[in-house]
Amino acid sequence: MKPRATKLALGPLLYYWAREQVFDFYRAVAGSAADIVYLGEVVCSRRHELRAPDWLAIARALAAAGKEVVLSTQALIESESDLKALRRLVANGEFIVEANDVGAVHLLAGTAPFIAGPHLNIYNSATLELFRELGAQRWVPPLEMPRAMLSALLQETTAPPATEVFAYGRMPLAFSARCFTARRFNLQKDGCEFRCLEYPDGMLLSTGEGRPFLVLNGIQTHSAAVCNLLPFLPELRELGVQVLRVSPQAQHTIEILDEFRTCIEDATRAASAMQRLAPLMPGAACDGYWRARPGIEAAGTAS
Amino acid sequence: MTHSPTRIELVCPAGSLPALQAAVDSGADHVYIGLRDNTNARNFAGLNFDAEAARQGVRYAHDRGVKVLLAINTYPQPGAWERWTGAVDTAARLGIDAIIVADPGLMRYVSRTHPRLDLHLSVQGSATNYEAINFYRRHFNIRRAVLPRVLSVAQIADVIRNTPVEIEAFGFGSLCVMVEGRCALSSYVTGESPNMTGACSPAAAVRWEQKPDGLESRLNGILVNKYHDDEQAAYPTLCKGRFEVGGASYYAIEEPASLNALELLPELARIGVKAIKIEGRQRSPAYVAAVTRVWRRALEACTHYGSGFTPNPAWLADLRAVSEGRQQTLGAYYRPWK
Repeated sequence: MKPRATKLALGPLLYYWAREQVFDFYRAVAGSAADIVYLGEVVCSRRHELRAPDWLAIARALAAAGKEVVLSTQALIESESDLKALRRLVANGEFIVEANDVGAVHLLAGTAPFIAGPHLNIYNSATLELFRELGAQRWVPPLEMPRAMLSALLQETTAPPATEVFAYGRMPLAFSARCFTARRFNLQKDGCEFRCLEYPDGMLLSTGEGRPFLVLNGIQTHSAAVCNLLPFLPELRELGVQVLRVSPQAQHTIEILDEFRTCIEDATRAASAMQRLAPLMPGAACDGYWRARPGIEAAGTAS
Repeated sequence: MTHSPTRIELVCPAGSLPALQAAVDSGADHVYIGLRDNTNARNFAGLNFDAEAARQGVRYAHDRGVKVLLAINTYPQPGAWERWTGAVDTAARLGIDAIIVADPGLMRYVSRTHPRLDLHLSVQGSATNYEAINFYRRHFNIRRAVLPRVLSVAQIADVIRNTPVEIEAFGFGSLCVMVEGRCALSSYVTGESPNMTGACSPAAAVRWEQKPDGLESRLNGILVNKYHDDEQAAYPTLCKGRFEVGGASYYAIEEPASLNALELLPELARIGVKAIKIEGRQRSPAYVAAVTRVWRRALEACTHYGSGFTPNPAWLADLRAVSEGRQQTLGAYYRPWK
């Protein structure tokens, strides 16, 4: 049996962009190669360039353009106002929700199907089956999960939901209560002056030797290297991965989606696509996690 | 809802039988331990308990009215599920009083196979809000949840008002700046993570090198810090390194420092925190004894003086002596820290 064609998803916007830039971006996404688009503020509740009704308006426009739209929940939920926003999102009644916190699963379970996001820590079949029973119709493995582990997990799982893998982008590695962008300017989070607006791809953090290492994105810490699984599309498909996630960046996201689409249709074009992608990426490529190596490593480099 | 002043329980770490005995003898109410494998989040060489040591530890503690908790708080992985369920079965067999678990699938195994074994939600479960905590309550009837070190005191009070689950908060020890269970910095650099391996910035990946202009610490080749002669060197945990951002070189994420919430005790008691956790299963029996002794005295003083409690300067000196880089912080309990 021929496996179903792999779908392309555009992950939620992780950075803080000016309002018009966000609207322009999603107008372009409407005509892009993405099949699925995740929307909403997932990082910081202080970011307010777009309010909930703005996101819903974008969601409707993308749905009208034929995209499957998912509303993503904030990953770190601390306060009653965070919970209020979460409840409103869960009850939107129009679009499926990506749960990025167990609190979101609690509110969704038994009421609506949902997507189990990459921050739910699903590492084994018992947990995946539990979330499936509660309504997960698709799931995203933790970013650090290697190919071999994902393969074993899917073999051990009874009727697994569809699998989506984070295939391209700087990886969200950690969350904190502290805002590291504000800290850089000796500001407190509550008086952050929204400095992350000035860094549409986050703030680069380098080692004392000048090696790009991490990226500060408010309360989130990203890899400076860009996860790129484009060379692994045949094995992703063989594993039964149905959806590949591309994470938005300030420039070239639409072209990157195009390159993934090209290679989904013809994997022999991966080598030339990687060459075209290199100048479009905000950092060096990495794929270590997929190969059960430190995540920072890229294929072909010595450990 | 108001709480009558709670008697706060003291939950202390032990990485070995002598450390467990030190905790019991110094005034712990609970001692938490781990087995010698990656089923727990302090999977370090030479540390932790085999079944026989755990048996002796449980007997020593129970004879003195102290409870023993077993941390099984990493995430079970394909092909090795039985290692985690085996740890749960071992806990039940040894008469462990409660197990500390992060993975929902493993919790389901516990509630089906050992329904009388008390479940505590590990800090590695990343539950930072009461909806998440109530999820584990509804499905697995957890008795207690350990909060990640991200909430302010007011936020903890809000959690307590909205869940019947007992709340345990960290009082002292190494500080995770990131939400526990949601940090992959260590695996990004070394391939080993708290969630999968039970390790963070593992010792095997650490290299120290004295250069003419200072002492360098590296983790799997990544330069984490460089110390001048007058600076005190600290273990190269990734989140506590000195890095460059926008032309400035500084501790971009956090300084090497330990959490110390001693001065907040009356406040934590007032809002209804059920237990205080001391971090440090990787530390020596002397550390465990010193920290347990101080916190036991502080808890007694807090019960006696209530809101009039102030920490004794000698206690603070004892705690500073065993702190990371001899520095201390209130962490997220103090809102401006964020």
